[in-house]
Amino acid sequence: MVLIGEPIASVESAAFTFLLPAGCCYDPSGGAGLATLTNEMMVRGAGPRDSRTWVSDLENLGVERGESVGVAQATVHGATLRDNLPAALGLFADMIRRPHLPADQLDAGRNTCLQELRAIDDEPSHKLMIELRRRQYPDPWGRSSHGEESSLRKAKIDDVRRFHEQHYRPSGTILAVAGNFDWQRLCDLVEQLFGDWKPNNVTEPSATNGRPAGNHIPFQSNQSHVGIAYPTIPYKHPDYFQAWAAVGVLSSGSSSRLFTEVRERRGLCYTVYASLHTQRDRASVLCYAGTTAERAQETLDVTLSELKRLGSGIEQSELDRLKARIKSSLIMQQESTSARSGALARDWYHLGKVRTLDEVGAMVDALSADSINAFLRANPPRDLLVVTLGPEALKIPKLN
Amino acid sequence: MRAGASSPPRATTALFGGEDAPARSEAVNGDLALEFRNHRLENGLEIIAETNDDAHSTSVAFIVRTGARDESDDVAGVSHFLEHMCFKGTPRRSADDVNREFDEIGAHYNAFTSEECTAYYASVLPEYQEPSVDLLADILRPSLRPDDFDMEKKVILEEIQMYLDQPPFGMDDRIKQLHLSGHPLARSVLGTSASVGGLTPERMRDYFTSRYSADNVFVAAAGKVDFDALVEQVAARCGDWKPAGARRDTPPAVSQPRFEVVHRPSATQEYVLELADAPASEDADRYAAKLLATIVGDDSGSRMFWELVDSGLAETASLGHYEYLGVGMFYTWLACEPELVEENLARLHAIYEQVEADGFSEDELRQAKNKVKSRVVLSSERPQSRLFNVGGNWLQRREYRAVADDLKSLDDVSIADLHAVLRKFPLSRYTTITVGPRADVRRPGS
Repeated sequence: MVLIGEPIASVESAAFTFLLPAGCCYDPSGGAGLATLTNEMMVRGAGPRDSRTWVSDLENLGVERGESVGVAQATVHGATLRDNLPAALGLFADMIRRPHLPADQLDAGRNTCLQELRAIDDEPSHKLMIELRRRQYPDPWGRSSHGEESSLRKAKIDDVRRFHEQHYRPSGTILAVAGNFDWQRLCDLVEQLFGDWKPNNVTEPSATNGRPAGNHIPFQSNQSHVGIAYPTIPYKHPDYFQAWAAVGVLSSGSSSRLFTEVRERRGLCYTVYASLHTQRDRASVLCYAGTTAERAQETLDVTLSELKRLGSGIEQSELDRLKARIKSSLIMQQESTSARSGALARDWYHLGKVRTLDEVGAMVDALSADSINAFLRANPPRDLLVVTLGPEALKIPKLN
Repeated sequence: MRAGASSPPRATTALFGGEDAPARSEAVNGDLALEFRNHRLENGLEIIAETNDDAHSTSVAFIVRTGARDESDDVAGVSHFLEHMCFKGTPRRSADDVNREFDEIGAHYNAFTSEECTAYYASVLPEYQEPSVDLLADILRPSLRPDDFDMEKKVILEEIQMYLDQPPFGMDDRIKQLHLSGHPLARSVLGTSASVGGLTPERMRDYFTSRYSADNVFVAAAGKVDFDALVEQVAARCGDWKPAGARRDTPPAVSQPRFEVVHRPSATQEYVLELADAPASEDADRYAAKLLATIVGDDSGSRMFWELVDSGLAETASLGHYEYLGVGMFYTWLACEPELVEENLARLHAIYEQVEADGFSEDELRQAKNKVKSRVVLSSERPQSRLFNVGGNWLQRREYRAVADDLKSLDDVSIADLHAVLRKFPLSRYTTITVGPRADVRRPGS
């Protein structure tokens, strides 16, 4: 387990993020959703407290918290006033290491997961992006953590306990803390809470070729939802900032290309965006647009033409605007201990080190239109995947 | 809203004094470099700020006291449409200029429209205070060109279609219409495809002239603000704006509990909305109402959470307190499997009846206070959160409340205060709408 801390004297809060090697990429064959079910069961009592006492003790400490499961990791995060940080970490140490995982609450936990799974069908844009990732990445890296109904229904409490036993372990676990705290005292506390935690090495699964077929998902909705994906380089790659800036020109800010061409100039949709989605060993640019069915074809065509145009390069003025936005984002990140603790933990996972905001600032300063255009010449958007969800399939132009 | 985010009423009202109340405290923070300043231009335009020399960023908003409640049937949706049009260009700037210049100063900016206000805001680094004021002031005097109007109308119609695909499909508007029968606050912020489709640039211009007047707009700022400069910057750009004596009707609300089943076969889950009366934004017992809502229906650790969510009976179940001028609402929201809806309606009703019969415990009140006070302090670390808080207080009560004031008001609430709210505003007197695949939902007790 790695502990990272960034003291920020100007705030009264302290926030923490645990990344644990317990994502849905470890769901066993036929057990889709087990990582999420395990996470759900872990908040149902831990250590000396039953679930009600655990929750009320956290709330009396004023802890704002959240737990979620991604592909590679489970994330547990919280923020509170500085004086309450030690007690809060103690409660989360119980949850992570000593959850009760009570058999008599398995059905309740299972029903919670099933309800969340069903709810996706009422959020068409969310559903589309799940289907896009599933087709873009090789299994298990395109999985949705929500799992599947049939496997959730079959899961037994022993499956949950086994998953917890194997995956909530110190090897691969990262705890990052940002805010108002004393570093040495934090080290002592974390040593005391986690020092005797027994390791169990888990290696990330390798990718296979299994992906679902079919690029249109019929869906009864007013709007058609269009998703486009293409591969790019992950965060750890030395050229990552070039790739990231190129996507920024496409979609960061209201003067970005997609917003300007798809929404402002043509009024084709309300929501359109592209973002760089990075895992440790692979990454993709994921684009989305939602529009009424009769304008979906034009929306797709315009978006694709913008992707093609990006391959021909960007202009200096576009980069200047992007740098201004990034600079203010970096400075504003200092005003949010929660955002900072998450960024620290993710840095460590991807890079095995942490970048200070000054280092990130210097890397952004070093970007030039020439360097980005050189990157784009070598790596234009290609191998595009288009997935649609809505009343009708679209005509997908011949892609490169 | 220009990007992302859901619309009424949860997102729009939560920004201004919704469930996440405001701020930071002297008790926690010692003597912060926080100071409240205000100034009024001769034409009636007010400028207010909570300045914090320790902040890294500056947040500025131009807030217009106009929203859906100020509309009439023939211009339903015009406030929100006008918000979009303000970004489509001015005599000095094209729409591309507006977007480009905001991006050039690295602004994090947006706008939103609610029942009671239309707000345009930007968070920037302190050195960009003046250009952000220049942009915001300029876009509040839009050209409203017919070509842009027609183009933007398409975007709004897409926005309406988008929400119509998202359960509960505009029923948050419908429940206000049912419960408040004809009250201005029951108006929809978005309007309908028909009302927005029928709007003309001329009608919008008339509405603009009567509502975006000097005496109906105020400027709020928070974070690292140079207030004296702010006054000069606003005066130079808005000093010639004319007052128009804009007024707002605030008729008393007469509510009527109703029950309606809306059949939407395309939905997967069944959604339940319930609305009951609650303290309004000018009522002193609004703090008690917020704590009451936290105990009964916070996302975690509340009675609804343990009864309905922890048990797996509902995907989500919560109660929030929303406050407007003259009207307050307790708003229950639940989503569940369709076949469980009657059972869950009965459980909600039992929760309301139980709190009215047995009241609350000191432990529950203490936990709610700890939770809400911590949220107040945590959120106060960001200038943009303070901006919405300071702006919301000025919008609703023309008052400034420091973080410490809010913490004290929360501390002062007693169990007796909660019980008094319940007597005045019983939770068990409510309107219900169910939306989803079930056409045959039975009213509890029937």
